[in-house]
Amino acid sequence: MSGFLTLVVVLGLIAAGGWLFRLIGQKATNNKPFFRDMSYAVAFGYVLAAAVLVFAIWYYFQPVANEQGVANAGVIFFRWAVQGLIFFAILAWLFRLLGRTVGTAWSKKQFRSMPLTAAFGILMILVYAFLAIFAGVLAPYGQEEIFQQVNALPGGNAATGGNPDHLLGTDQIGRDLLSRLIYGAQNTVGIAFATTLLAFFLGGSLGFLAATMRGWFDQFLSRGVDVLMAIPSLIFALLLMTIAQVWAPRTGIPLTVFMVVIIAVIDSTRVFRLARAVGMNIVVMDYIEAAKLRGEGLSYLIFKEILPNATAPLLAEFGLRFCFVFLTIASLSFLGVGIQPPLADWGTMVRDLAQFINFAAFSPLTAALPLMAAGAIALLTVAVNFVVDWMLHRSSGLKE
Amino acid sequence: MTSVLTIILQRLGLGLVTLFVVSIVIFTAVNLLPGDFAEAILGQGATPEAVASIRRDLGLDQSPIVRYFQWLGNMVTGDLGTSFAQLNFQTNLGGGDLVGVAEQIAPRFANTMFLAGVTAAIAVPFAVGLGILAALFRNSAFDRATNITTLSSISSPEFFLAYILILFLAVLNPVLPSLSNIFQGMSFGERLEKTLLPALTLTLVVTAHMMRMTRAAIINLLASPYIEMARLKGISPMRVIVRHALPNALAPIINVIALNLAYLITGVVVVEVVFVYPGIGQLFVDSVKIRDIPVVQACCLIFAAAYILLNLTADILSILSNPRLRHPK
Repeated sequence: MSGFLTLVVVLGLIAAGGWLFRLIGQKATNNKPFFRDMSYAVAFGYVLAAAVLVFAIWYYFQPVANEQGVANAGVIFFRWAVQGLIFFAILAWLFRLLGRTVGTAWSKKQFRSMPLTAAFGILMILVYAFLAIFAGVLAPYGQEEIFQQVNALPGGNAATGGNPDHLLGTDQIGRDLLSRLIYGAQNTVGIAFATTLLAFFLGGSLGFLAATMRGWFDQFLSRGVDVLMAIPSLIFALLLMTIAQVWAPRTGIPLTVFMVVIIAVIDSTRVFRLARAVGMNIVVMDYIEAAKLRGEGLSYLIFKEILPNATAPLLAEFGLRFCFVFLTIASLSFLGVGIQPPLADWGTMVRDLAQFINFAAFSPLTAALPLMAAGAIALLTVAVNFVVDWMLHRSSGLKE
Repeated sequence: MTSVLTIILQRLGLGLVTLFVVSIVIFTAVNLLPGDFAEAILGQGATPEAVASIRRDLGLDQSPIVRYFQWLGNMVTGDLGTSFAQLNFQTNLGGGDLVGVAEQIAPRFANTMFLAGVTAAIAVPFAVGLGILAALFRNSAFDRATNITTLSSISSPEFFLAYILILFLAVLNPVLPSLSNIFQGMSFGERLEKTLLPALTLTLVVTAHMMRMTRAAIINLLASPYIEMARLKGISPMRVIVRHALPNALAPIINVIALNLAYLITGVVVVEVVFVYPGIGQLFVDSVKIRDIPVVQACCLIFAAAYILLNLTADILSILSNPRLRHPK
């Protein structure tokens, strides 16, 4: 309750501070327009931001451990967060600078108008792609390799239960966590990418076909898609996975393949909707009419006439769809019915390591393990979303 | 007035038809299972006699169409069947009263509704308020910061946000419990306390989308001539937005709120598992893992029904609030 009271008092002080700030500003600058026309909300916002900033700086420089040597985990986590943020911001800035000076005239132009968030997104996507492709070379051990020492703590310090050979420690059956984290990029991202490609192939081709052919074919597909979209996708995926769990051992096909197909089919409904809508707008154009009169076949119409004109919206959709698929797969794995062991995968890692979070007060690095796996998922989706956001903003022109 | 009524009735009818087709999809999907329920119930210890007796009890010897209508009839009358776990327990160990799926689901459904209600109560005012502020101070540092934060929270998986909240609000600063063990007979305050952390997680997930849509809807209107007029009259920006822009932006905002509440249904599954919240989502995931088909089927149908209902509400509300949609050309 006292914490709540403190909060109220602090907010009250900030509210008074905002009013005072504006008043002093008006008096000191002799009613300059900036202060004269400032609404109270803006003044409050300035003071609130200043208060948060001061608190953040104060908190950052708190000691990491008290006199008894007990770690002050909150400060440690806060420092990591701030350092991470600054590090990534500098990295993104440098990357943008590099893009502005190196490359073709076209790529330089792209980088010149790019916000920092989009540069960060592109950089992160490149890093993930690099990790995923070269996981076998970068990871110190194999993903299924089992070592003597189980549950080695991260940090590599033998005195505190770590092992210098395993920088992030080992899991409950003795697999190196750093290697599994790196292999996770290959498995989780790779499977999500393959699923999205499949979903696009299915949804895109059927959508364009429906837009070109119209008639009963279009009606049939559209109504079918309507029904499939009436079931929430994660729920439907879980239902189908229940059935796949029975089928998988009987047919000898791994459950992961079933998962890829199931999610691709569910997500292709969304792609179908977009492809059909975009295709509809293109099909009524004069050049399609001309191509039809020339006697071009269906495949020529779809691949040579419609597809090139639909790439921009489809590309943005690809990014968003990838995020959805990636998150669905991670959620399924987290719930225990997604990517199956022994493949290393981030969703499963979060579930297996989750209980370590309760040790945050004693060993912050151990508690950070599940967050690292979950953060790896979040970082990639955030990065893709930043890039898509920028692309959409650019293609829609500058709106107010 | 009559036209509005017919439109609503039309939509309701369409919703019912969709639900009917969805039930067919769910039933067919489950019937794609190899072997049949009898073997699934008995698992390893399936003797031919036991299989035959269960097949007779469940009516599996009838044709799929007859079974479908029986199942649908039972669903409509509230008889959701008996879970395999329960049946298995009874046939292998004998005795004990069978608890039907309906009785299993009912208290959990109430819990989930409570969680969704608390989330909506926090998220909706928060998101709309934030959206109005972002529209008011568009392109300022505040707007950019909220934009980046909301974009990040939309794209993070639910369990990431959940564990971050657990780390800061339950482990490092023990203000809220990280496990939501809710049982019958708890006082409202206790329940609320246990529900708060999952509700906050869901709020983070849902707010972002609602806030961005609110902002976009208001900003879209700000270019209209009547807003220009209001501005030229010398009204304060806040008043322009709240009195002039907001009422006209209400339709898309209400729509997006309903759609996001529908999205909550999916989010609820993961969040309930993280916090061990005794809701319908957790029951669903547990049943998926042990392949308890009747429970999975029933939960799936309930989720789909809620989803369709919320989408329907969004549809009807947007028609009601926009006269132009009432008279389609």
